[in-house]
This record gives sequence, structure tokens and C-alpha cells, in this order.
Amino acid sequence: MSHNTLLVFEVTILVLAIFLGIEVISKVPALLHTPLMSGTNAIHGIVIVGAMIVLGQPDKSAFTWIVGFIAVVLASANVVGGFVVTDRMLEMFKKRERPPRDS
Amino acid sequence: MSTNLSNLLYLVTIVTFVLALRFLSSPAHARRGNQIGAVGMTIAIIVTWIKIGSTSWWAIAIAMLIGGGFGAVAARKVKMTAMPQMVALFNGVGGGAAALIALAELHRILPEPGAPKVDISLAIVLSGLIGAISFAGSMIAFGKLQELVSGRPITYAGQQFVNAALFLGCLAAGIALVAGVQDEWLLWLLVAGAAIFGLLFVLPIGGADMPVVISLLNAFTGLAVALGGFELESNVLIVSGMLVGASGTLLTMMMGRAMNRSIANVLFGAFGQVSAGGAAAAAVSDGGTVRSATAEDVAVMLAYAHKVVFVPGYGLAVAQAQHDVRQLADLLEAKGVEVSYAIHPVAGRMPGHMNVLLAEANVPYPQLKEMDDANPEFSRTDVAVIVGANDVVNPDARNNQGSPIYGMPILNVDDAQSVVVLKRSMNPGFAGIENPLFYNPKTVMLFGDAKASIGELISDVKTL
Repeated sequence: MSHNTLLVFEVTILVLAIFLGIEVISKVPALLHTPLMSGTNAIHGIVIVGAMIVLGQPDKSAFTWIVGFIAVVLASANVVGGFVVTDRMLEMFKKRERPPRDS
Repeated sequence: MSTNLSNLLYLVTIVTFVLALRFLSSPAHARRGNQIGAVGMTIAIIVTWIKIGSTSWWAIAIAMLIGGGFGAVAARKVKMTAMPQMVALFNGVGGGAAALIALAELHRILPEPGAPKVDISLAIVLSGLIGAISFAGSMIAFGKLQELVSGRPITYAGQQFVNAALFLGCLAAGIALVAGVQDEWLLWLLVAGAAIFGLLFVLPIGGADMPVVISLLNAFTGLAVALGGFELESNVLIVSGMLVGASGTLLTMMMGRAMNRSIANVLFGAFGQVSAGGAAAAAVSDGGTVRSATAEDVAVMLAYAHKVVFVPGYGLAVAQAQHDVRQLADLLEAKGVEVSYAIHPVAGRMPGHMNVLLAEANVPYPQLKEMDDANPEFSRTDVAVIVGANDVVNPDARNNQGSPIYGMPILNVDDAQSVVVLKRSMNPGFAGIENPLFYNPKTVMLFGDAKASIGELISDVKTL
């Protein structure tokens, strides 16, 4: 695929992702806005894929070694921390049978 | 692994992320959704691992253990009340990773013959810029929420000038890089400048506005990751990053609307710097007096009410009183009192902060009422109990055009028969704005630490 064909394809999916993001989020109730922020925070941890690609390059300079290594450390903290924090938050949302009462 | 197969597996990851967000539309499935997202993330990591093959696998493993270990321990150990700063921290490191990828990519492609393609250098410049702003800004937000940095708005003379100069400098370096100047140092300068800009840009923002800031920086990181996808020709980065970028932007706008302020006003307004003295003087000179009550008095009011509404604010989080509030509510319910909670969209330090705290205390979520549902209820409420909230119940937002928060939608607690305010002292709240609610004849104040006050209320209600 030529560079420009690829670029147009990438821009296409980028624009579709914008609409998908807005569409999916507009259904989330305010009650869950904190887990939403935390959950999307975990999702951008996908940057770990990029960081791994950088550190996994063959024949890299010392510079790339250092930068790639730090990038993988930071991205892994983002992934693990993001999902664990979100899980802890969501674990707490429970429904309880309300006791019958007479007032 | 062939590129086609790996791309299809990355598509599976994208689908799990969309499902994770989709499942967040109801508290009943939300946790499952997050777990599906985590599985998708694992798939992406394994696929990338296999693609890279044996190159530096041990370095990747060590880096992942360090970062993942830190993330797991920090996320497990942290108290529920410290969640906002954790989200800020994990958001910042993601942005930092995106900026580093930009630096590494420029370093890789510069020695290649010919100038880098314009779209690639543009993506590198933007992801370096946005990622660095997000990293530094999130760290300051973390510092403010953790109280390592003063939570008050920090301003100094010439602030706008310094910010503008930094921003223009970054812009110039960016344009030069995109125009084909092949110098790695330009990108370093740009990233460093952007980091200082991010730092200076969050410093003047008060703690009360942190929900908007964290939400915006979250969108920034998403955008930086999506741009990283262009550098590395990775669809999974483009789509996942942009999902976060778009949703974070929307969430930020929703928060701004809830405060009736534009995002620009939040970011550059240095809230609370607006002379708060005028409103304060007005309220006090009205001859209003503050009535304070004992816990016994308040316990009687509560126990003989038909309907009680709790209005939590950041003070609830500070005092860690969510479990005590729940216990008090249970006692009242056992006495036949109808209890609910009115949640203002910007109460606390994260969007929906109060919901999370109360959920931690096992408050069933149907009892949590959002502002639009809660407001009509106040007129048939006997007692509204304000626990550590201030600005979100300040009637000046409705009535006093001179108030810095004029126009912000508030919880109309003064519609209730009576109002009880749990407050440490008469010091004005975070933004330094006086609250005439405290001088309202319907209002009684119960001074003291929220947790201690509620503890007293619990023992007093028990004896009734």
C-alpha cells in the first residue's frame, strides 16, 4: 500500500473512531462518570503496544534503548493501574433490595 | 505472525474496548465490561510480543514488571478517597509514554535518506507536544490532589505572558520540524517546553476545578496515543486513542456545562481570584446570623422527619465519612424515614466522585439522585443534610449576579423545610466564596469534623 493510501485509510478510521467514542459515551449515566474516566484512562494504556514496538526494534541506539525502556515502564503502569483502579471502583456499585417500610 | 493475522487480533482488542465503554451504560454490567477490556489489552500485548520476536524480550519483560508492579501496588493500596489523584497519575504516565515514543520515532527516521514525510513529522510533533502537556499537567494535578502542591490557585505576575511565550516557542519548533528542519534537538526543546507549559497551565487552577482538568488531560493522552498510531502505522493505537480522545472531550464539555462555565474560563480564569469579598460583605451586612445546633437537636430533627436528603461534597471525602453517613441513613430508614442522596455533577474532585465514595459505603445506587431528579424533590423534603458541600448549594449562584459562581446550576436545598450544614468552621469553602445559605433562617449549622459529627448523630438517633 502506498504511503498516501495508508494515510487516507488511517484518517478514515480516526474520524469514525471520533463518532464511535461520542456515541458510546453519551449513553453513560452521570452516576458512572468517574469509572468512565478511569476506564478510558486504562484504554489509552494501549500506548504500551507502541512502547513495546520501540523497545523491540532491532539494532537500536543507546538512546532508543533508554527512551523505549522508560516508555514501556510508564505504559505498563498506565495499563495495570488503570484497569485495577477501575475494577475497584466498579466492584462497589451494588444494588440492594430496599427494606419494606411504612411511613 | 503475519501482519494480517496480527491486525485482525488487534481488531478484537478494539472491539473489547468499545464493549467496555458500552457496558458502562449500566452499573450492573460495568465491571464485566472493564474485565472484557482488560482481556482485550492482554491480547494486544501478547500479539505485539509475538510480532517483535526475540529482540530485547527480556528488557521489555523487566520494564513491564517494573511499571506493572508499580501500577498494581499503587492501585491496590490506594484508599478510595485518593482515587482522583491515582487516575491523574496513571493518565500522566500514559501521556509521558506517548511523548517518548515520538522522540524515539524521530530518532529512528531522521538518519533515513530524504526528509521525513510531512504527515509523520506532524504526528510526531503533535504527540510529543500533547503527550508532554498531559504528563506534566497530570503530575501537577496529582500533586495538588495529594496536597504535595497547594490546592489553591497559584498565580503570579506575567503568567499569561510566560504561558503565551512558551506556547509560541513550542509552536515555532513544531513548525520548523514539520517544514523539514532535521534536528532532533528541536523536538527535545519542544517536549521540554510543552512539559513546562503543562505544569504552568495546571498550577493556577484551583482544586475544585480538578475534575474538568483531569478529564481534559485524559482526552489529551488519548489524542497523543492516536497520533502515535500514525507514527507506528498502528490501527489499534489510532482507534483506541481516539475513542478516549473523543469521549474525554465530550465528558469535559459535559462537566463545563454542569458548572455553567466555558472550558476556557476553567482553564484560564484562575477561579476564586475574582474578588469574592463583595458577595461575602453583602451576605454578612444583611444582618444574617448563623444558628448553630447540637447533635441532639439535629438527631431529633432527622429521626422525626418523613424525608431526609443527604447532600455530599468534597468535605465528605476529606473526612472519609461515607461509611458513617450510610450507617446514619440505615438507622433513619429503620425508623421509617425516606432517605436519598442528592449528587451535584461537580461535587468532589472527579466527575461522579461522590457516587464512587457512596458506592464504596454500599449505598444502593438507586438512592443516588442526580441534580435534575433531586431538585424537584427538595420541596417535599423535611431535612436536607449538607455534608462537606459548599459551592454546589450556594444560592448566590441563583440570586447574586456579583458572585463568581453566578449562573452555575445548584442543588436547591433551601427549598427543603430545614437545612442542616455539617461544617468544620465558618471558613468559606475552597473557592473562598461566602455562602448565604448559612445565614438562612431555615439553616442550622453543626460545627465539627463531618465524621465526628455524624458519629454523634448516630449515637443520638439510637437513643431516641
